Amino acid sequence: MTDPVLATYGLTKRFGALTASDNVSIDLHAGEIHALIGPNGAGKSTLIAQICGGLTPDAGRVELLRQDVTHLPTEARAQAGLGRTFQISALAMEDTVLQNALLGTLSSPWRFFKPALARHDLRDRAMTALDQVGLADHAAMRTAELSHGLRRQLEVAVALTLKPKAFVMDEPMAGLGVDGSKRMTGFLDGLRQQAPILLVEHDMDVVFALADRISVLVYGKVIATGTVDEIRQSRAVREAYLGEAS
Amino acid sequence: MIRERYLNGAILALLFIVPLWAHLADEPFTITLATRAVIFALAAVGLNIALGLGGLVSLGHAAFFGIGGYAMGILAFHAQSFTPVAEWPFVIHGTKSMPVIWLVAVVTSTIAALIIGILSLRTTGVYFIMITLAFGQMLYYFAISWRAYGGEDGLSIYIRNDFPGLNTLIPLHFYGICLAILCVALLFNAALARSPFGLALNAARQTPARVQAVGLNPTRLKLVAFVISGAVTGLAGALFADLNRFVSPAMFSWQMSGEIMIFVILGGVARLFGPVTGAVLFVGFELVLGGLSDYWLIYLGFLLLLIVLFARNGVIGLLAGKEAVHD
Repeated sequence: MTDPVLATYGLTKRFGALTASDNVSIDLHAGEIHALIGPNGAGKSTLIAQICGGLTPDAGRVELLRQDVTHLPTEARAQAGLGRTFQISALAMEDTVLQNALLGTLSSPWRFFKPALARHDLRDRAMTALDQVGLADHAAMRTAELSHGLRRQLEVAVALTLKPKAFVMDEPMAGLGVDGSKRMTGFLDGLRQQAPILLVEHDMDVVFALADRISVLVYGKVIATGTVDEIRQSRAVREAYLGEAS
Repeated sequence: MIRERYLNGAILALLFIVPLWAHLADEPFTITLATRAVIFALAAVGLNIALGLGGLVSLGHAAFFGIGGYAMGILAFHAQSFTPVAEWPFVIHGTKSMPVIWLVAVVTSTIAALIIGILSLRTTGVYFIMITLAFGQMLYYFAISWRAYGGEDGLSIYIRNDFPGLNTLIPLHFYGICLAILCVALLFNAALARSPFGLALNAARQTPARVQAVGLNPTRLKLVAFVISGAVTGLAGALFADLNRFVSPAMFSWQMSGEIMIFVILGGVARLFGPVTGAVLFVGFELVLGGLSDYWLIYLGFLLLLIVLFARNGVIGLLAGKEAVHD
C-alpha cells in the first residue's frame, strides 16, 4: 500500500480524568474518503483539532505527506497542504463571496498597495474554486446574504483555493436540507480524486454513500475501522455505537 | 442616501476651501483650527487602521501620539539650545528640519508600536484594551518624571520647525503641509484596505480561525496593522507638537487616547473618511460648544451616546448608509 497522505499515530489527549483521544491511529490515502463517525462526545472534534493544529496532543504524532506536523501551528499545516472546513461556517461575513475565496490564494499577504482583486492570477484561482462548488454567480454577493447551504459550499470553496493535499471536513452537511445534502454529496464524491477527504459526519446515509473506509470512535478510542460493509456488520460497532444488545 | 465617495469628496473639498477662504479673509485662527482638525484626523486615520481594519480596540494610541510629539520636542529643544541630544556612542545633534523630525517620530513610534503590539496582542478583548491603556499611562508617568525635558510642565519650542521651500510660520503653509500628509495617509489607507494585506487583516478581524486555516497568521497580520497604525499616529503627534510649539505629558494621557477613539467612532469606524469627519466635528464642537460652556464635553458625551446607540457606522454611515461591497 502507498504511504498515507495524512495519518495519526497513537494520538492521545487528556483533559483531567477524561481521555478525549485514546491512542488514536487513523490514516487517509490518496483518492479515498475516510469517514470518522461516533456518538456525541466520542472525541471527534478533539481529534480534528489535534490533526488541524488547534490542540497539541499529550502523546502520539500527526503526519502529513510523511512529514511530522504534530508541533506545527495551524497555519503551517495549512501551508503544508491541509485544507479544512468547519462545523460552523467560519467565513468573513462582511466580505463578498469572492473576497472569501481569495483568502485561500494569498500565500503571502505582505502586499500593501496593489488591490487583491486586481491580481488576475489569484482572482482566476478563486473563481475556479467558486465555479467548482457552483457559486460563481454569487461571487459579488456579501457572504452574510448567502443562505446557510450556500455558505457551506463557500466553506468548501475556500478550502479548495488552497489546492490542498488532504481535506479535513467537519460535518459539511450540517444544517443542509435534503437537496443541499444531495448536491454536496455529489460534489464531495468527485472531489476525492483531487485530494482525499477525512470526513466527520453524523448523517449515516451520506457516510455510507461516500466513504471508502469508516472509523468508529467511541469514548476517544477507535473501536473499528473498515469498509462500509465491514462496519455495518461489525458487532462491536452495533453494540457500542448503535446501542444494540448483544 | 448620499454615495460615500461624493460625501468624501465634499469633506475633502471643505478642507481645501475653508482655510483658503480664511487666508484671504485674514482669519488665521480659523486656519489654526483647521490645522488642529487635520492633525487630529491624521492621528485617527492611524487608529482606524488598527481599529477599523484589524478590530484592535487600542485605548493607548496616545502613547504613539506622545512619542511623535516628544520626538519633535526633544530634537527641536536641543537645536534651539545648541546642545547635543546624545554624546555617546556618537554625537546626535538636535534639528529644526521637519522631514528629519517626522522620520524620527515615525521610526520611534514604529519601534514602540512593535514592542507594545507584541506584548498586547497576546491578549484579546477587554484585556487588550486594558494593556494598551496601561502602556499609554506608563509613558504618561514617565514623561511627567522626565525632568530633563520639562517633566510635568512640558517643553516649549520657540520657533516652528522648517520645511524646505515653505515658510512654516505662515499658518496656511503649515496647514498645507499637514493636509498633504493627511491626503497621503488617506490614499495609503484606501490602498491598504483593498490590498491582499487588507483583505487578510479584515478576515482576521472577523474570523481568525478561517485565516489560520488558509495558512495565514492572524496575530502577525494584526501586529503589522498595529505598527503601521502607531507610526501614522506618531507622525500626527510630531505635527501636533509643531502646531502648538509645545509638548507635554498630556499628549500621552488616556484622555488623548479616548479623544482619538472618539474621532473614529464619531465619524465611522472602518470608513475611510470617518476619522476625518470625526476630527472636524470634534474641533467644531470644541469651538461652538466650548464657547457656550466649560462643560461642553458633557454635550459631546451625549452626542456620542446617540451615535453609538443609533448610528453604529458614525456620521458617515448615517449619511451614506452601509459600506458598499467591492467586487
